[in-house]
Amino acid sequence: MSVHLLVDFGSTYTKLTAVDMKKERIVGTSRAMTTVKTDVLEGFNQALEKLEKAHPRMGEITTVSACSSAAGGLKMAAIGLVEELTAEAAKRACLGAGALVEHVFSHHLGKKEIKQLKQADIDIILLAGGTDGGNQECILHNARKLAEAKLDVPIIVAGNKDAADEIDAVLSEKNIEYYIVDNVMPKLKQLQVEAAKKVIRRIFINKIIEGKGIKKAEEKTGEIIMPTPEAVLNAAELLSKGHEDMEGFGDLIVIDVGGATTDVHTIGQGVPKRAEVILKGLQEPFAKRTVEGDLGVRHSANALVSLVSEYEFQKYYENGEDERADEEMIEDAVKRRQEEVDYLPDSDEEKAFDQALARICADYSMSRHVGQVEVVYTPLGNMYYQTGKDLTEIEYVIGTGGVLINAEDPKGILEEVQHKSDKKLELRPRDAEYLIDELYIMAAMGLLAQKAPRLALKLLKRHLK
Amino acid sequence: MVSLHTVVIGVIGADVHAVGNKIIEHVLKEHGFNVVNIGVLSSQEDFISAAIETDADAILISSLYGHGEMDCKYMKENCVEAGLSHVKLYVGGNIVVGKQDFKDVEQRFKKMGFDRVYPPGSDIEEAARQLKEDLEQ
Ligand code: B12
Repeated sequence: MSVHLLVDFGSTYTKLTAVDMKKERIVGTSRAMTTVKTDVLEGFNQALEKLEKAHPRMGEITTVSACSSAAGGLKMAAIGLVEELTAEAAKRACLGAGALVEHVFSHHLGKKEIKQLKQADIDIILLAGGTDGGNQECILHNARKLAEAKLDVPIIVAGNKDAADEIDAVLSEKNIEYYIVDNVMPKLKQLQVEAAKKVIRRIFINKIIEGKGIKKAEEKTGEIIMPTPEAVLNAAELLSKGHEDMEGFGDLIVIDVGGATTDVHTIGQGVPKRAEVILKGLQEPFAKRTVEGDLGVRHSANALVSLVSEYEFQKYYENGEDERADEEMIEDAVKRRQEEVDYLPDSDEEKAFDQALARICADYSMSRHVGQVEVVYTPLGNMYYQTGKDLTEIEYVIGTGGVLINAEDPKGILEEVQHKSDKKLELRPRDAEYLIDELYIMAAMGLLAQKAPRLALKLLKRHLK
Repeated sequence: MVSLHTVVIGVIGADVHAVGNKIIEHVLKEHGFNVVNIGVLSSQEDFISAAIETDADAILISSLYGHGEMDCKYMKENCVEAGLSHVKLYVGGNIVVGKQDFKDVEQRFKKMGFDRVYPPGSDIEEAARQLKEDLEQ
């Protein structure tokens, strides 16, 4: 028997998934607290012990692959010229590579932005600006400012290729780690993020893992090959597209409600479904990820609750008949969650509260992710413009992440993403099927897909329920 | 090699007349311009954002359906605001409703900040030559 072990060093838990490659099945999963502060291998070993105890005849582990979002994951800043164009393209490259985007700056960097960059805890800066042959002046200015700032953060330059030589000269003078790659927006509105994503991943593997104290794990796991969100996005893409003659699920959404953030991944073109609607804006990535830093049920509970009024909160809160969450209760419950981020609800009231928080996360993250139609009143009558993806005909919405999987009513949370009469202009799913990643294997399958895509697809199809 | 001049072209407002726009793209390319065509149904912001990212030297606006005057209002001011005061602004097509005295129309658009204003049926070849002159001054 040969067992392939997939490891996800998460921010809270280190999760293991053992796959029997011959019998093509999941042997088992286990988890233990992530221990980056002391020795990351402690948590790993604990989880492994649990796994071996539960499955004594598991067989020999022959190969291991790992991903990580521990110690804050991968944090980036994206810089571009026009907010809706190269700054947005840079941001999408970061998100697609599994990063959390702490800052997005457009136009010329000044003292204020440099100060913000210095204060932020950022792992990589992605610098874009100008189409190929387009504006050079701004990206050059920004490269100089970054060089002067001596940030000790690697810089990926993915802007106007005409400016590359001069930027090279500016940065090489200052002993800065930098990489010059293809422009994220070579032509107007055309998105090209692969080259940038590749370098992000390389820097992540070579350096960031080390800085965060996770490198040590590699003694046991071999190279940690990607940030966890990228693994999830890979799994989602595989599940959507299928592999060779094995059919996929078609267009789909994966939503991961977490303690600090909510991630939304959509796979699909998202082009307008109605003929009279005109598509605007930057090209959408086929596999698109967005992350909301203020939508989470623990670290972000306070920010989350402040988004809705007390009246609105009741719409999400369901605890028996006529039960309402009063102001005092909300305040206490939020405090508890922020202070104790691994808090597990212990009463019906608390469970209902968690359910409400997760529903808000799902609803708000969808509002921000999904495409919108805007009505423009013209001399010739109303015209409809769409920015972002049309997800009305999405077939599957999949929930993953500890919060959703362990919730009382996970599908009730997912249903928040569907079409709403008070959000008519948002192109939300109308008639989707809801599935839960019950075994919590999405990231693991994204890893497995690197080696054995067919098996990863098979297991995903089998275990999403 | 002399670097190419970059020109943003498009049809402004809720206007869908697409044929002339394609011809303009073709002719300007023949004349050696780097053409960024943002197509029909373009807003002032679309022209401006495109011009910033591509470092355009000129913006050529088409309007065929008669509402050009309204659609072009404050275009120059918005360009100045966006740091594009140096960018040449041309407009042409059927920029106003019906048959109006063109001298009058031209005056109004020039006052709005357009560098050149073209009457219906203008020869785009001629405009291309004028553009080259304007940019090489
Ligand atoms: C085909 C056509 C349509 C088609 C367009 C199909 C398409 N997707 O392209 C359809 C049926 C959709 C249409 C609709 C309408 N149309 Co129509 N259409 C025409 C028509 C017959 C030909 C346009 C064309 O393609 N010409 C050929 C191209 C090569 O020429 P061009 O567009 O004029 O462009 C050249 C020059 O103008 C110049 N040029 C253009 N822009 C610029 C800019 C600069 C800087 C320069 C230097 C030169 C320049 O160079 C171009 C290339 O040589 C014209 C009449 C005509 N004969 O011009 C009416 C015409 C333009 N339409 C007109 C009208 C009123 C409409 C509608 C409002 C009708 C309605 N009530 O519904 C709608 C508007 C729809 C919309 N939202 O835009 C009027 C405009 C009247 C006005 N401005 O006062 C015209 C002039 C007909 C008329 N005589 O009444 N139309």
